[in-house]
Amino acid sequence: MDGYYAFMLVATLLVLMMTTPALALFYGGMSRSKSVLNMMMMSFVSMAVVGIVYVLWGWSMGWSGDGTFFADPFELFALKGVATSDYIYVMFQMTFAVITAALISGAIADRVKFSAWLVFLPIWSTLVYFPLAHMVFSCTDAALICSQIGAQDYAGGTAVHINAGMAGLVLAIVVGKRVNWPKDKMRPHNLTLTMLGAALLWVGWYGFNVGSIVFGATFEEDPNAFLEQFYSETGRTFANTTLATMAAILGWLLIERMLHGKATSLGAASGIVAGLVAITPAAGAVDISGALAIGAIAAAACAFAVNLKFKLGFDDSFDVVGVHLVGGIIGTVLIGLFSTSDGAGGVDGLFYGGGLGSLGDQTLGVLMAIAYSGVLTLVIALAIKYTLGWRISEDDEIGGIDLSEHGENAYDLHTGVGGGVKSGVLAGAIGGPKEGIKA
Amino acid sequence: MKLVTAVIKPHKWEDVREALETFGVTGMTVSEVSGYGRQKGHTEVYRGAEYDIALVPKIRIEIVVDDADADDVLGIVVKTAQTGRIGDGKVWVSPVDTVVRVRTGEQDDAAI
Repeated sequence: MDGYYAFMLVATLLVLMMTTPALALFYGGMSRSKSVLNMMMMSFVSMAVVGIVYVLWGWSMGWSGDGTFFADPFELFALKGVATSDYIYVMFQMTFAVITAALISGAIADRVKFSAWLVFLPIWSTLVYFPLAHMVFSCTDAALICSQIGAQDYAGGTAVHINAGMAGLVLAIVVGKRVNWPKDKMRPHNLTLTMLGAALLWVGWYGFNVGSIVFGATFEEDPNAFLEQFYSETGRTFANTTLATMAAILGWLLIERMLHGKATSLGAASGIVAGLVAITPAAGAVDISGALAIGAIAAAACAFAVNLKFKLGFDDSFDVVGVHLVGGIIGTVLIGLFSTSDGAGGVDGLFYGGGLGSLGDQTLGVLMAIAYSGVLTLVIALAIKYTLGWRISEDDEIGGIDLSEHGENAYDLHTGVGGGVKSGVLAGAIGGPKEGIKA
Repeated sequence: MKLVTAVIKPHKWEDVREALETFGVTGMTVSEVSGYGRQKGHTEVYRGAEYDIALVPKIRIEIVVDDADADDVLGIVVKTAQTGRIGDGKVWVSPVDTVVRVRTGEQDDAAI
């Protein structure tokens, strides 16, 4: 169907935009000025490395056939035998693999060897993401989370967000804290980049959620049913994605205003992401009031959760755990309460007269994702720690990872020898005596 | 000769410069500096984590003047930079032994 094909081209482009530049900007702004380039590069190379291995064997592991954990990695190796008219579905799924791996980078900012990250990416994608994507998205008869457990996950609350959040938690612990953390809490260096990144993530997320529609019948089999589902389900997922995120902005701002006295821009940006994470699994399952509730609850919970790292002592630099793991769990579990049988899964949750069955399935799906991602990521993280090693030297970390790993600095604000007048209040005055700060 | 050094609030710099130019001061050295006095810094909160920002941004102005002008220049800076609120800064005057204009080699009063 022409319209659906064009829609998938656009959806795939939108999700591509989520990793670069959106996530790179979101994390880059939160990093320190001496490590922003490395932070952004972790997203950029995730695009390159994970994208290639996804096409080589990732698609085959996910979609070549049945399997509890994954399908045959070699059957469709390098898309052998895949019709080019189906390539766009490969590309769409590839963008999910790319951003899931890139999300993890926020937990280990400023301190990881670029080479270690490049080695981690294909191994983690192969052993952790590709299997979880099969378990959740392929929905073949044996697929563990979608079919055997029967948990609903529209666009990746488990396979993407719980998975990345759990991997972030494991890596933050195995890799260890940054020098001087948490005594020095390391304030974000450019929140305008973070705001821009959050806004781009929001736009890109429509590709992610709305593009995740799975049809009950093909257009050829039943054109009317196909179109009816296409129109009603994309409307539902688009509206739910929007409303949940709006509620999440307000939820986060309210909580931080109560806890800390101010509604902040970083809080708004974080609320956007927390709301999007939570509505990702639920986008097709709930109605508007369910979406509003999930967005608000997730943002409030995440606004609390981001402080856990200071209490528990793990340096999850940009809150991959507090936002993606917590938001992913909340969104996936709340389906058990707010799911409606009018939705894509056709299941009523507890609040819609469906009893506890859905809540049980959702919880089991969450626990399975946590366990699988946690254990496998731990094995990979320890293997890298005791072979290659994760950390750059302490001197390099203090001097700035941009310089030590990439030989670059993001900003040249101080021209000449220690001048400094190009920035700040004097910047406007440099052009001449009449162009002062009042001009 | 005297060196007048003023540390003032950044948003007052333009007023101070205009007043000094009107008085006849032909040049000055200006830099962005950070520091704190009795007012201390402030607190910022990012995702719930509180940061004590100890240093407050200021502008430092340095002007070398004739002995006879020092008090006037001092007065102009104090008058124009004053808001009456905490954090207005400091001005101090110190003696200068020698001044040389690099381009011509002129010394002292001729070099100001």
